[in-house]
Amino acid sequence: MDMGIFVDKQTRAIVQAITGEQGSFHTRLMLDYGTKIVAGVTPGKGGTKVHDVPVYDTVKEAAEKHNANASIIFVPAPFAAEAAFEAMEANLKTIVMITEHIPIKDAIRVMAKAKQLGTIVIGPNTPGIIVPGECKLGIMPAHVFERGIVGIASRSGTLTYEIAAGITVADLGQSTCIGLGGDPIIGLSFVETLKQFGKNDQTKAVALIGEIGGNLEELAAAFIATEGYEKPVVAYVAGRTAPPGKRMGHAGAIVMGRTGTARSKIEAFSKAGVQVAEMPSEVAKILSQRLMKEKYI
Amino acid sequence: MKLFEYEAKKIFAKYGIPIPKGEIATTPAEAREVAAKLNVPVMVKAQILVAGRGKAGGILFADTPKEAELAAEKLLGVEIKGVRVPSVLVEERITAKNELYFGITVDRALRCYVAVASSEGGMEIEEVATRMPEKVVKVFINPIYGFQPYHARQVAGRIGYAGKQMLSLASTFFKVYKLATDYDVELAEMNPLIEKTNQEFAAADTRLIIDDNAFYRHREFENRVTEEETKLTPQEREAQKRGLAYVKLDGNIGIVGNGAGLVMATLDTIQLYGGNPANFLDVGGGASAEKMSASLKIVLSDTRVNAVFINVLGGITRCDEIAKGVLEVRKQVGFAKPIVIRLVGTNEEEGRHILTEAGIHVLSSMEEAAEKVVEMAKAGGSNGYGYIR
Repeated sequence: MDMGIFVDKQTRAIVQAITGEQGSFHTRLMLDYGTKIVAGVTPGKGGTKVHDVPVYDTVKEAAEKHNANASIIFVPAPFAAEAAFEAMEANLKTIVMITEHIPIKDAIRVMAKAKQLGTIVIGPNTPGIIVPGECKLGIMPAHVFERGIVGIASRSGTLTYEIAAGITVADLGQSTCIGLGGDPIIGLSFVETLKQFGKNDQTKAVALIGEIGGNLEELAAAFIATEGYEKPVVAYVAGRTAPPGKRMGHAGAIVMGRTGTARSKIEAFSKAGVQVAEMPSEVAKILSQRLMKEKYI
Repeated sequence: MKLFEYEAKKIFAKYGIPIPKGEIATTPAEAREVAAKLNVPVMVKAQILVAGRGKAGGILFADTPKEAELAAEKLLGVEIKGVRVPSVLVEERITAKNELYFGITVDRALRCYVAVASSEGGMEIEEVATRMPEKVVKVFINPIYGFQPYHARQVAGRIGYAGKQMLSLASTFFKVYKLATDYDVELAEMNPLIEKTNQEFAAADTRLIIDDNAFYRHREFENRVTEEETKLTPQEREAQKRGLAYVKLDGNIGIVGNGAGLVMATLDTIQLYGGNPANFLDVGGGASAEKMSASLKIVLSDTRVNAVFINVLGGITRCDEIAKGVLEVRKQVGFAKPIVIRLVGTNEEEGRHILTEAGIHVLSSMEEAAEKVVEMAKAGGSNGYGYIR
């Protein structure tokens, strides 16, 4: 049985920009977690090693020599789209883009190509993905996660750790925790993630952590209502107090005109029968109650 | 980044899109000269970046150069919707047979650009979409094909034009798309796009918003100081200098946290407990002691603030660095206001130790800490609950 979605113990990942400060630091942490980081790429640094991981000049070379199927990108924003194209052309099927501040025009091109190829793009501006006990392809602190039954999809980083920690303390644990990313254009939506969690036996309930900006939460609510989604879903939406027209830290967290307000998202969820937590700590509480009712715990 | 109407129009003109004749003026005398040169009835338009300018009295008509001078005098230097008018655009007045709408923007959910057009221009497109959704034509642009001339012709046809006029409109739409991609826009808009009595078209008002993340490709805007920027508060300016995400709010509880989502959730929680946040401040991931102390100083320097809430969950951020940053601020400027600290996560023990040794109490529940700081702020920031002073 698949423990989680998108990545597992068999995932063989390369790190793009492995010799950079962030790339090197997180390569160490991912290796410590047991993730198979099989190679790294930094143009011009081919032939060197980072934490014993061999470095190549091109993704093609790294992927072919080490039979890789995933990539995690730390490449700076002006070159990040190119890095994603290089990974896609080398046939890597799961790409995590940690980089933030990627221009919208570039992100649109990357997502169009990914759709054509069937490549999963997580991010940009994401903490990554973790299937506890199996694989961590990201920068999240591993200690707040534990193998379990809740699937988490989120648009933020630290807030996700806050809520995940609560779910761990409540003894529910996570099947997979995935950061969709804080940018306006991101590769995965709540709907696509819900579909995957729906098919995953390990996942008994889903937590959606949204925020102001865009309408991915509204679309998720509509999907849950119309498809009759069977697993319990609990949501939290950050930014009730955010003033319109102001970017709240994330490039994607902005209320424009009448779209993207927390109120619209919360109302959509409520209408779809999704319970919305008022405070981060309530997510785990509501999940526990729901799962107890469904006799999973 | 939003461009002023006159800046946007220069770019539209560069792409061969017809716009009314006009020039910018910063004094009433200049406005008179421009009107005299144009030698036709004009509009005098306040150059501000807020929406709803017309309704707020920011656009005046003038039939003579003298009237243009008086209109400019009325507008220049006054505040419209809280923003001072730095300049006016004096422009030929065009009689409209019809007012249309055309814009290119981003559809986040479908991850593509979208062309939006309507035969009902002159009001906000969102209003048209609510009142007459059948009048809004949307074409989602497949990034692989792009917006081709045949798409532009389809759009022109769907808003009711045929023959030569359809071709002329389509050519304008196509140019706007070209401009939109060249300039990395979030929005490029002509509203209204006017159909003149002679059947030709002109972009009477234009808006351009450029993607901040693509700024590095458009250095020509680098030294551009907007009204918005000149109006920054000292806190906003300092935060911008240090690359911190800071947004000023209306309340009296200063907030420092790590991670945009967590800080937003902190503001919301404060409000649930009946408090009012004074700001949004994200120290960012992996913040050093130095960055933490800079952030705390910014919040403390805000005179409206009478209590501060530090909410940190360490992931790549280390609690000991945060603690050191807090102590550094106490050493340098002291704490004139009570501060509540919630600190958990990476190196939590070390962080707690540093602070408790220094006599500073640390909480671990975000909700408990939020409740506490709201009580303090309500007590006027008095000593009542002051954890640290």
